[in-house]
Parts: sequence; C-alpha cells; structure tokens
Amino acid sequence: MASRTSSKSAAGKPAKKPAAKPAKKSEKSASLSPKDELQAYRDMLLIRRFEEKAGQMYGMGLIGGFCHLYIGQEAVVVGMQMAIEEGDQVITGYRDHGHMLACGMDPKGVMAELTGREGGYSRGKGGSMHMFSIEKRFYGGHGIVGAQVPIGTGLAFANQYRKNGQVCLTYFGDGAANQGQVYESFNMAELWRLPVVYVIENNQYAMGTSVARASAQTNLSKRGASFNIPGEQVDGMDVRAVRAAGEKAAEFCRAGKGPYILEMMTYRYRGHSMSDPAKYRAREEVAKMRQEHDPIEQVRARLLAGKHVTEDELKEIDKEIKAVVNDAAEFAQSSPEPDPSELWTDVLAEV
Amino acid sequence: MPTEILMPALSPTMEEGTLAKWLVKEGDEVKSGDVIAEIETDKATMEVEAADEGTVAKLVVPEGTENVKVNAVIALLAGEGEDASKAETQSRPKKEKSAPKAKPEKDEKAAAERKQPKIEVKTDPGIPDGTEFVTQTVREALRDAMAEEMRRDENVFVMGEEVAQYEGAYKVTQGLLAEFGDRRVVDTPITEHGFAGLGVGAAFAGLRPIVEFMTFNFAMQAIDHLINSAAKTRYMSGGQMSCPIVFRGPNGPASRVGAQHSHDYASWYAHIPGLVVIAPYSAADAKGLLKAAIRDPNPVVFLENEVLYGKTFEVPLLDDYVLPIGKARVMKEGSDVTLVSHSHGLAYCLEAMAKLEEEGIDVELIDLRTIRPLDIDTIIDSVKKTNRLVTVEETWPVCGIGAEIAARVQADAFDFLDAPILRVTQKDVPMPYAANLEKLALPSAEEVAEAVKAVCYR
Repeated sequence: MASRTSSKSAAGKPAKKPAAKPAKKSEKSASLSPKDELQAYRDMLLIRRFEEKAGQMYGMGLIGGFCHLYIGQEAVVVGMQMAIEEGDQVITGYRDHGHMLACGMDPKGVMAELTGREGGYSRGKGGSMHMFSIEKRFYGGHGIVGAQVPIGTGLAFANQYRKNGQVCLTYFGDGAANQGQVYESFNMAELWRLPVVYVIENNQYAMGTSVARASAQTNLSKRGASFNIPGEQVDGMDVRAVRAAGEKAAEFCRAGKGPYILEMMTYRYRGHSMSDPAKYRAREEVAKMRQEHDPIEQVRARLLAGKHVTEDELKEIDKEIKAVVNDAAEFAQSSPEPDPSELWTDVLAEV
Repeated sequence: MPTEILMPALSPTMEEGTLAKWLVKEGDEVKSGDVIAEIETDKATMEVEAADEGTVAKLVVPEGTENVKVNAVIALLAGEGEDASKAETQSRPKKEKSAPKAKPEKDEKAAAERKQPKIEVKTDPGIPDGTEFVTQTVREALRDAMAEEMRRDENVFVMGEEVAQYEGAYKVTQGLLAEFGDRRVVDTPITEHGFAGLGVGAAFAGLRPIVEFMTFNFAMQAIDHLINSAAKTRYMSGGQMSCPIVFRGPNGPASRVGAQHSHDYASWYAHIPGLVVIAPYSAADAKGLLKAAIRDPNPVVFLENEVLYGKTFEVPLLDDYVLPIGKARVMKEGSDVTLVSHSHGLAYCLEAMAKLEEEGIDVELIDLRTIRPLDIDTIIDSVKKTNRLVTVEETWPVCGIGAEIAARVQADAFDFLDAPILRVTQKDVPMPYAANLEKLALPSAEEVAEAVKAVCYR
C-alpha cells in the first residue's frame, strides 16, 4: 500500500509556463500482458477514431452545440476501466464520449445522441454532455463544471449504505478542481470513508487557462491533503501506469479506507471544444506531446517491439474499428429525429 | 423594589413554554449568570440564567406550569437591603409602562393566530367517515411521516445539518436517530452545495434521500443541484434516470430574522419543470403529502414553515395516510369570492374570513397544498362559481404564484370574471428587521379583507 503522501513529481514548483510534459512514471509502473496491451490498444483506438469522426461530423453541421473531444487523453479512461470491477460506477463532466465508450456503451447510441436522434442514449434529448447508461454503470455526462463530484460522492455513499463493495470513479478536470463543491465532497468522503476514487484529469488547460494561471497549488494530487486523502500523480499518457495506479486506488477504497485521489497528467490535442482555436498554447507544444507521448503510439510501439503482433494485424484492427465508427456515423445520420411528442415526455416519472 | 424575572423568548417564533424546573428556591442568593430554571419549548429544553444578583424573593410561577407566555413574570428577585418576604407582583403595572412597545405586539400576534379556528374548515373529503383524529403539531406530523416511510422502505434515509444528534434545528427529526441509527439519520457538515449533490448521487443510485435544509434560505447555495442535477436529469437521459429525492425544510418568513433568513422560495422552484413543489398548511396535509413526496419517483421540494411547526391540527388516525400530490383542497365553500393561498398565507385568510363573514361576505377558500403541478382546475371551477379571485402568499408579487394563477385564470375563465384578480403578497422590498416594518412588509388579514371587499365592489 502506498504511503498517504503524494509522489514527488512536479511537486510544489509553481510552473512559470504551461507544463506540457507528463509526470514521471509512478514508482510502480506495472506492465501489461500482451493480451491486455492489445485490448488497451483497441479500446483507445476506438475512442480516437470515434472522436475524429465526431469532429468531422461537427464540421459538417451534423452535430450541434458544444462538442468536447477526448483525443489525447484516451489512456486515462481505458487504463482506469481495466482497473475496476463489474458493478463499479463511473461519472464525469462534459468531456464524456471516451468514458462512455470505455464503459462499453454502444458507439451507435453515443453518436446518435451527438446528432440529436431518436437512437441516441437519451433519445436525442440530452446531447453530447448528457448521456447515461445505468446498465453500463455510467452516471453521466454533467454539464456544470464540478457538479459531478458531489454526485459521484453520493453514488459512493449509496455503495457504502448498501455495503455492496462497489467503488465509484469520479472524474473531473484541472479546471473543476478549483470548484468549492469538490472540497465539500472531499470532506464528506473522508469523514465517512466513502469508496470513491477521484480521478483528476489534468490536461493542463481549463478551457484557455493553464493550471499555473489558475491554481495556487499546481500539484492537484495534494488537494486532498488537508482532508487526509492520499493522492498521487500518474503519467496519464501511459495506460500501464494508469491501470496500476487505478488498481491500487480502487483496492484502497474497497478495503473501507476511504477516498483516493489520482491526478492523471494528460493532454488534450484539440481545443476545449470544437469552437476553441486553442491560441493559448504553441503548436509545437501539441506536436511534441503527440510525437513523444501519444498513448496509443506507445502501446503500438511496445506491441511491435515485443513482436506480439504484426503490422498487418494492427492494420486489421484499425480496419475493424474504422468500420465500427463508420457504422455509428451512419446510424447517427439515418436514425430519425425524435417524434415531436417527445417534447413533452420524461419531464416527470409517472406515478 | 424587587426585580422581575420574565419568561424569556428563546427563539424567534416562541410565544410560550413550560417552566419545567426551578433550580433555586425562595430565599436563595443568586448572582448574575447563575442558572435558575429550566424551560421547555416545543423545540428544546433551555436553561435560564439570572441577569441580576439578589435574593430569590418569590417564585411566581410554580415548576411544571405549561403554556407560560413569553414576558410573563415568573419570579421576583430582591436586591440588597430589600425585604425579600415582602416582594409582591404589584410592581407589574409599573414595569409594563416602562417597556410598553414590544410586548403587546407579540401578544397581539399570538392572539390573532389563536383566533383562526373560528372559521369552520371542511374535512378532507378523502378521509373516510368515522375516522378518528389525533391532535398533533405540524412538527410531529412531519416527523411521523418520515418515521413511517423509513420503517416501510430501507432505502429511505435523512441527511442534513443537525438532523441526528441534535434532533433537528427545529426538532422535526426528533427521535429518528434513536430509532434508525446513524446509518439512516446522517449529520452532515455545514456544506449545503456538497450534501445536496451527494443526495442527488445517492438518489441516482436508487436510494431515497430526504435532504433537510436548516432553512431554504441556505439551499440557495445548493440550488444548482436541485435544478441542474435533480430536476433536469430525467429529461436529459430520455427517461432513463430518475432522481427520487425530497428536499425539505422551513421556508419563508419566520419572525424578526431579517432579509437573508425570511425568503419564500415557492415561486423559484415552481418555475422549474422536472420538480414537484409542495407547501402544506395543516399537520394532516404535512403528513400525507410528505409521505407521498418520499414515495414519489421525482425530485420534490417540500416547503415547510417555521411559524406553523408548533401549530396543532387534527390529523386522521389512519395506518397509512398518503395524500395525492397536485390536488388543492377547498377548505371552505363559499359563493361570493374565491380566496387562494398556501402554507402560512392561509393564516391571514382565515383571520380575514372571520371578519368578512360578519360583514356577510361568503368566501370560498382554497389551499393549494401543491404548488407544482398547480391544480388550476380546482381554482377555475371555483372562479366559475364566485366570479371573483384574490390570491394570498408570503412571496414577493413579481413573478409570484399569484401572478401565475392570474395569468392562467384570465386565459381559461375570462368570461367568468366580474372583477380584476387581486394579489395580496409580501411587499416588494427585502424583509426589514424592525418589528413595525416587518409587519408592514408581510401580508395581513386586513389587506386580505380589503382585497376581498374590493373585488366585491364593497
């Protein structure tokens, strides 16, 4: 079991410029079996291709409103999902497509929600930021920055109330980490020893504001310190490190020791949303990240280097995933718009 | 001249209490700060300290006396050199003269409240004939509703500030911790935004939280979760995820607590599709509707009233008294004018009706009980009969409940109206503290009577 202090990487130093580098690897950078590596590759690639397609469809006017893409951060949700057990819950904010796919939700239903169609998870009434699947244990999809944190803490409260041994993964970003309700939640979670892993996806920018410009304490894993919640920084670009940290955190929670904080050092390649040109950071910064730390390329390189898979086999996987995404895109365009009568349904549950 | 020790007011809305115990006896020497008596209110047992030093000359009110009015003389204290044995209460009239303002005010208000039952109120038609009734305060009825539902459903739990060990800031959760334990009666830190969101998460997971706000004034810190998280999720999820939660607590003006603690939020929450909003007046309705709210699969905002907590009503003795949500109640039938109100607004109506009856005006009184969904049909039916309408509420007029009712009635029953619809509301200013200004800011029975007469052109 890790000590109740955070790891040392980037600790305490106020970054003068955006720190566009991933954290040092966690002490225990567990390796994955070739089979798990391949699964991670597949899962991350699905998210990447799905998001690229969503970006294209947004450009074509098929998707409206806000659309926040997850490209670059794939290792976080895929690694965490590999670390948890059947029945554990997941909740996040508005950059949620990756989480839904990682939870096993149908890409068709997600894409059709993006296009606002009847076949969408919320039958077209939620949109990009508001999808749910109780079956897949995904509790949204929340559009108010930070609101998912007390809600996720409440899901964990229900786990404890029912003594069902389940853990809730509550994701939020570096921006949400400055909301007051996050700390109200930390306090109650530790006070009542709730089984919740707070996964802070630090992608370095809250919309256009870098962590250093918004946070007095830039090491967000320390944000639980005054509540005695252990936290650590994790290389969120390395799916192996994410899974190892996730397993440790989930085990800690399941053992009744209370909440745990994981700060995932990650990076989003695209703007905050489709309408963000991302002028607040240098092109080179993004390019460097993609070239040196891309989560999918890392796995691909390891698989090839270890001769666990051939180039042709990877191409075959690429092809399969492209087909899944194309099917989703087609479904999202052919599924009809919701019936006008849907305007009035689902406001209140019938008694 | 002996010093009078008066029955103290121990809360903003206290009017009387029980002198439970004397901790001194006649002849004892006391000094300032000594605890001399214990007083029980309907909320708590409090200690009374001597404010002066001297000898206890006379215990005017014996221990165990109930319903001792605030400001009544309970003991006399002889000062140095005074003969304690000669002390009598004859100094009372003189004292009255020296501090004349505040006391009659309070007595007058209490007297006005006591006058209410003069109007014969109809029994709820849903209650079977021959049902026995028990006299209960609104506070007790609310507690019983929660306890009954907690016995019935393991998923129901209560959380909030001071709900468990302290037994409720207003003693509404009295006895619940003892019966259900701290797993199901949960004291929270002072963290409204946090525990409202946590409650929503627990409801998403299928539990049935009752979240108590110490007052709805504090729920403003949490309102994002009531609206964005609780009310909208069912729609945003295409009907997949419900939020079966009750947010409850005192709402609206209490007494002399100033602008930030006197806010009535009925119209705020009534604005929101996806919420159910309930604001009962009587103890029976409080019980039947809170039970219904806890069972309802939707988020319910249950607005109570501090002034009503201690009021007693007849509550039917039925095993499982659950009322339908969304149904107003005709409290009294009448032919001349329809009066619509809810929660403590009805106190003004009942007082006004006693006077109006003497003047030969026959009022039909409707208690909305549920604010959303609004039972507009009951109001329209009544207006079709009386052709006149006055609304009464303790909210501000702008975009209030009365404004909504007026808009709906003119749209659906325009041809039946013989007079403009009038609203009696709180004045359009933040609640002042000064007693006289507060009285002016609140609606009054006089204003209700005037409005009724105005629509009757009398």
